[in-house]
Amino acid sequence: MKASARRCVNVAMSAATALAAGLVVLPLLLVFGFLMYQGVMALNVGFFTQLPKPVGEVGGGMANAIVGTLILVSLAACLGLPLGILGGLYLAESRDRRLPWIARFLADVLNGVPSIVIGIFAYGVAVLPFRRFSALAGGFALAIIMLPIVIRTSEELVRLVPSSMREAALALGIPEWKVLLRIVLPTARAGIITGVMVAVARVAGETAPLLFTAFGNRFWHQGLDQPIAALPLQIFAYAISPYDDWHRQAWAGALVLIGMVFVVSLAARVVTSGRFTGVR
Amino acid sequence: MKTLIVGLTLLVTGWLAQPAMAQSLINGAGATFPYPIYSKWFDEYAKVDPEARFNYQSIGSGGGIKQITARTVDFGATDGPMTDEQLKQAPSPLIHIPTVLGAVVATYNLPGNPALKFTPDVLADIFLGKITKWNDPRIVGANPGIALPDQPIVLVHRSDGSGTTYIWVDYLSKVSPEWQQKVGRGTSVNWPVGLGGKGNEGVSGQVKNTPGALGYVELAYAVKNKLPVASIKNAAGKFIEPTIQTTTAAAAGAAKNMPADFRVSLTNAPGDDAYPVASFTWLLVYRDQPNEAKGRTIVKFLWWMSHEGQRYADDLLYAPLPTQVVKQIEGTIKEITYQGKPVMAAR
Amino acid sequence: MPNALARGTGGPVTGLSLSSADVRARAAPANLGDRILRVVLRGAALSLVLLVVGMVAEMLLRATPAIRAFGFSFLYTSTWDPVAERFGAVPFVFGTLVSSLLALLIAVPLGLGAAIYLAELAPRWMRSPMAFLVELVAAVPSVVYGLWGIFVLAPLLRTWVQPALGKTLGFLPLFQGPPYGVGMLAAGIILAIMVVPFITAVGREVLLAVPNTQREAALALGATRWETTRIAVLRYGRSGLIGAILLGLGRALGETMAVTMVIGNRPEVAMSLFAPGYTMASVIANEFSEATSDLYLAALVEIGLLLLVVTVIVNGFARLLVWSVGGAVKAARE
Repeated sequence: MKASARRCVNVAMSAATALAAGLVVLPLLLVFGFLMYQGVMALNVGFFTQLPKPVGEVGGGMANAIVGTLILVSLAACLGLPLGILGGLYLAESRDRRLPWIARFLADVLNGVPSIVIGIFAYGVAVLPFRRFSALAGGFALAIIMLPIVIRTSEELVRLVPSSMREAALALGIPEWKVLLRIVLPTARAGIITGVMVAVARVAGETAPLLFTAFGNRFWHQGLDQPIAALPLQIFAYAISPYDDWHRQAWAGALVLIGMVFVVSLAARVVTSGRFTGVR
Repeated sequence: MKTLIVGLTLLVTGWLAQPAMAQSLINGAGATFPYPIYSKWFDEYAKVDPEARFNYQSIGSGGGIKQITARTVDFGATDGPMTDEQLKQAPSPLIHIPTVLGAVVATYNLPGNPALKFTPDVLADIFLGKITKWNDPRIVGANPGIALPDQPIVLVHRSDGSGTTYIWVDYLSKVSPEWQQKVGRGTSVNWPVGLGGKGNEGVSGQVKNTPGALGYVELAYAVKNKLPVASIKNAAGKFIEPTIQTTTAAAAGAAKNMPADFRVSLTNAPGDDAYPVASFTWLLVYRDQPNEAKGRTIVKFLWWMSHEGQRYADDLLYAPLPTQVVKQIEGTIKEITYQGKPVMAAR
Repeated sequence: MPNALARGTGGPVTGLSLSSADVRARAAPANLGDRILRVVLRGAALSLVLLVVGMVAEMLLRATPAIRAFGFSFLYTSTWDPVAERFGAVPFVFGTLVSSLLALLIAVPLGLGAAIYLAELAPRWMRSPMAFLVELVAAVPSVVYGLWGIFVLAPLLRTWVQPALGKTLGFLPLFQGPPYGVGMLAAGIILAIMVVPFITAVGREVLLAVPNTQREAALALGATRWETTRIAVLRYGRSGLIGAILLGLGRALGETMAVTMVIGNRPEVAMSLFAPGYTMASVIANEFSEATSDLYLAALVEIGLLLLVVTVIVNGFARLLVWSVGGAVKAARE
């Protein structure tokens, strides 16, 4: 091919791929823009402080749903983090022969399981035997979703701690368990926190597993063993309803949800930047 | 600094997780059909008894039946009465308590929102998929003078297990032997055609958003969303509009011969002014309550509901219970027990 | 190897060499702390294993009534009749496959193109921020996309796109039928939007993993940027890119909320993209809390099991392929 033709192709392909990249990012602007446009009007103090009103009546808010999501995510973190970090530590440090391979494989399997299937499992295990829908069941389902993300991030981050640090500590006579807990983990902490935030952002928006676990609640939560409202659930219920006021509130709720997710994602990014140069 | 933030977050979350107030939370689930009036009732009752909080999730009658059978909720709600087999699956006897009367209407989205009339066979054939266009001669025949477009009928039915569906297909089964044979009755059926919407809310939402759509919803949903409703020809041969009066007329005959367990079908009721697709809707509670405090709250609510609560029905386009039925309900409420002893002491 | 050093009194613990694989002695830990930690960590891994195995077992248990009642016919029956208690998975498998494939059709060219741009061709200052934006697209919750789908996409399709497609390409059975707005086309488009950032992100990582030596060699031979990408990078990372696509597929198969809100919820196999459909995930979401009979519930759980198996297989393949690029790179380095 002539040089000029090749240059043309080069430019054309650069343009085409740039276009593709633009199109990938476009929905973000479309969705976010639409949310802002529709949702901002419904965002008032009442939205953040009031409970939902009876069907068909205008007004009310999603205060309980916002708090509910915060509680559910915290529960998921409490249940999922310890297991996740320990699991990641195991995968990074263990010298066993088969268990790490099996565990890693299953963690990957779990990562790909659709959240609705996890919801079915959580219903069978955390709702039916206790005869109630509860925040704990919802948190349990969300924790399972978080688990593989936390495990994988923790493992990666622990592996990245330079062996020189470990060897220095061991040379000083510190027992292995102290090395892991007091030196390796704290060093990896920032990265692990990032992984946790990514997991939190993912889980905050999950609706499907909450359908048959947290159940939803029109009122303020009454305790962790009772049903609880959640932002995605409320958005879903309002979105498929025929009431215009509920639609508006759905937009506002979506705006709040997406805001929460974005803030956490952004924070995760900020924490990592500059911390581990050459990590990626 | 970081530990401070983490600690604070944990504290705040822990504080938030404390129950908001010491109240008894009664959880219920089920029909979307009566959801507007139930949510009004629960709101009003909270003023009567501030200690009681009723959390109702409208997930459809099928869901109500399933969850009360599994005992994951304290009461269920359904507009399709439980069958004998379903009752057998419950761990202990369940009773049906009628709450209000409602009408299931045919609603649609056509330019100008004309007032349409349907005969039973036309409706059945539309839902069977045999009539597919709005300007089909049989529809035009029943609606002289109305310009019907040459558009396909976008049928919308329920995608979830629904008592509203039950009422509708119960009616269709009575008026169309072909429907009875091909599809039958149930809270979830194998629809020959149509899109699925979730809940009465979903169906009315779909109809509202889709030109040329036709769906069946509870009257309140159609009116609240300014959707037109069709008149249907009843057993006496007259085209009846769904209103509170015609719904009440449908219950007139049944009220006299109400079975003890309140499971009765009002569709295609006899009577000149009876709207053909009307029905009771029921709350499902265990005759023997598992929890004393909750049982007492439920019983008190049921009593309030069948007396004072009935005056909210009109506004929301439901018909109040006939007085004979209320008397019968009083008797049933008194039968609700906790560990063998009636919950409702001397009243 | 007996450890002469007493418990916790200092001195290096033997067997802890981290830099060379061949000096890995498996000495028993010298002190209590180590032993406890070892047990705890193993316990964590075992709980994970137990969790996943338990999940599959529990679902198998609950699906048994349906498996026993229908056997293999479940996989080729297309009736879904709760009244007659006759259940078959065909409409849902069909819906899941068609919507996912449609999504891939749209998402693969876009996703790969964007991945190439972000990894190779974009100006340096743009790369990181854009990658972050792509991450944000992936972070938007499904229910929000569903909300947007109901109120923006479906009316758009119903009013403009579907009538236009029907008029021009209506001779194809793909584009026949009344324009509902909601339906397979809407589901495919929404899935594409949700899946594309995954393909982009993983694709970008795969491409970044390709060693620079490859690029440098091509550039040294006088290739343009695009030619470098095509010859050196893409060919090298090919299996990884296929892996990225498969990961996107895995995501699409399991996606629930957004699809449920726009697919029309009709369990039927139809040729047209305009027709409403149903996916495995959607039917579970809609009908699970209301399945009134044991058989109905078991049928739904069986669908969940089917979904689980399919996604695990697809994801398994995907991971294998993605790792193969990274693995080859590591091997080349050592």
